[in-house]
Amino acid sequence: MQAIYIIWLRQLKRYIRSKSRIVGSLGQPLLFLVALGFGLGPVFQKAGGGNYLDFLAPGIIAMGILFTALFSGIEIIWDRQFGFLKEMMVAPISRLQIMVGRTLGGATVAIIQGIVVFLLAFLVGFRPEYLTFGTFLLALLFMFLIAVLFTALGTAIASQLDDMQGFQLIMNFVVMPLFFLSGALFPVAGLPSGIALVVKLDPLSYGVDGLRHALTGIAQFGFGTDLAVLAIITAVLLGIGTYLFSKIQI
Amino acid sequence: MPIIDVKKLTKKFGNFTAVDGVSFSVEKGEIFAFLGPNGAGKSTTIKMLTTVLRPTSGEIDLNGYNPVHDALSARKSFGIVFQDPSLDDELTAYENIELHGVLYGVPRELGKQRAEQLLKFVELWDRRDDLVKGFSGGMKRRLEIARGLLHHPKILFLDEPTQGLDPQTRNHIWQYIQNLNKEEGITIFFTTHYMEEAEKVAQRVAVIDHGKIIDGGTPDELKKKTNAATLEDAFLALTGHDLREDAATGADHMRAGAKVWGRR
Repeated sequence: MQAIYIIWLRQLKRYIRSKSRIVGSLGQPLLFLVALGFGLGPVFQKAGGGNYLDFLAPGIIAMGILFTALFSGIEIIWDRQFGFLKEMMVAPISRLQIMVGRTLGGATVAIIQGIVVFLLAFLVGFRPEYLTFGTFLLALLFMFLIAVLFTALGTAIASQLDDMQGFQLIMNFVVMPLFFLSGALFPVAGLPSGIALVVKLDPLSYGVDGLRHALTGIAQFGFGTDLAVLAIITAVLLGIGTYLFSKIQI
Repeated sequence: MPIIDVKKLTKKFGNFTAVDGVSFSVEKGEIFAFLGPNGAGKSTTIKMLTTVLRPTSGEIDLNGYNPVHDALSARKSFGIVFQDPSLDDELTAYENIELHGVLYGVPRELGKQRAEQLLKFVELWDRRDDLVKGFSGGMKRRLEIARGLLHHPKILFLDEPTQGLDPQTRNHIWQYIQNLNKEEGITIFFTTHYMEEAEKVAQRVAVIDHGKIIDGGTPDELKKKTNAATLEDAFLALTGHDLREDAATGADHMRAGAKVWGRR
């Protein structure tokens, strides 16, 4: 337990100390909220979709969490380059403990990021009228699941990479598709069947859906499906991530 | 029974054999020096002993455990000061030490005591709350050593621990380590390029070159065998006078190449 705590604490300290990272990572969600929220709002309204900003905001919150969580996982590459990974690898604790500590640390940071994006959205004009204390807790649960899932995914990917050269690849072939094909920006109902299938295979879709449901009442799959899918994929990725992490050689 | 027992240990990176059928053993409570020119295979051997690199073939017995199959028990048996940096730059000196103490299960009070004692010992106590990224190379090195000495394992691996430190500091640190060895019976396994250091401290040495052990024994035995006045002369007689490519270029490049083309 102590070991998990100290690893969690390390992730948190690193996050709080990197001011530029915090500020930098808020620019993109803000841009999306303003440009898309206001830019596409009138069209969305005319098409009978309702208030686009309300629809969009949960998707952008999920995006903030996705990015932060994946990068927390990918931080292993930095640890490798700066050498600290060695200290972690020879430590006499189980690899699962390291993985859990790292993942919870990354998840905590990502949830903080999600809440900050939520506040940003509120400033821009997002009014989650559906929100009660109960659905807020539910929203937090979904934020947590999204955060853990993608931290674990980031760790799994990063444990296979030696240096930052693979980073751009992850950005273009993992992060961006996960986000754009998640239903964060558009309703899933009425999509061409090919795209609809891809959206249903994207785990983030269920996170976005659960979060949107909890915050605004708009739902596609329902809480039960969202929770089940996220929980199962999270458990599987944690397992894979731990395994790949334990196989890292220096 | 030896506390470290290595038999025909081999590590290949693609076509390059970094460690080639190495066998040796270290007795409990011994101070053992593993000497060799750059790129000889010292660090690769240490990596295999300390569970972070899997051998291609051969056997290792570390305090009764196999680092490949029983990595966790093996890890509980040793501590290590790495050759290259392994600190978290974004944490303070004290936080680095504290993290280490928790990872190694050092009781809190004892950890605090030792942290203060060691940080004072390496003259970093006044800088304990500063981020490591602002430290000079020598300060980082001293902090690494202090951290490595925080818990008292059965075996302590020191991979060129005193590299880049001034003679005063080196002497100081070796006295501390010899003391640990005497009082707690900790087995010391170290590498160094400072031959006078090995001659003074080590009870037994092994000389490795091109991945193979070429000779071993007490410093006196080696000197007698090669008819040399110092261990440095004996070392040069055994390994020749050719200049070696630096480990960080030669072996690592081949490793990188092997990684690109083969499975890791």
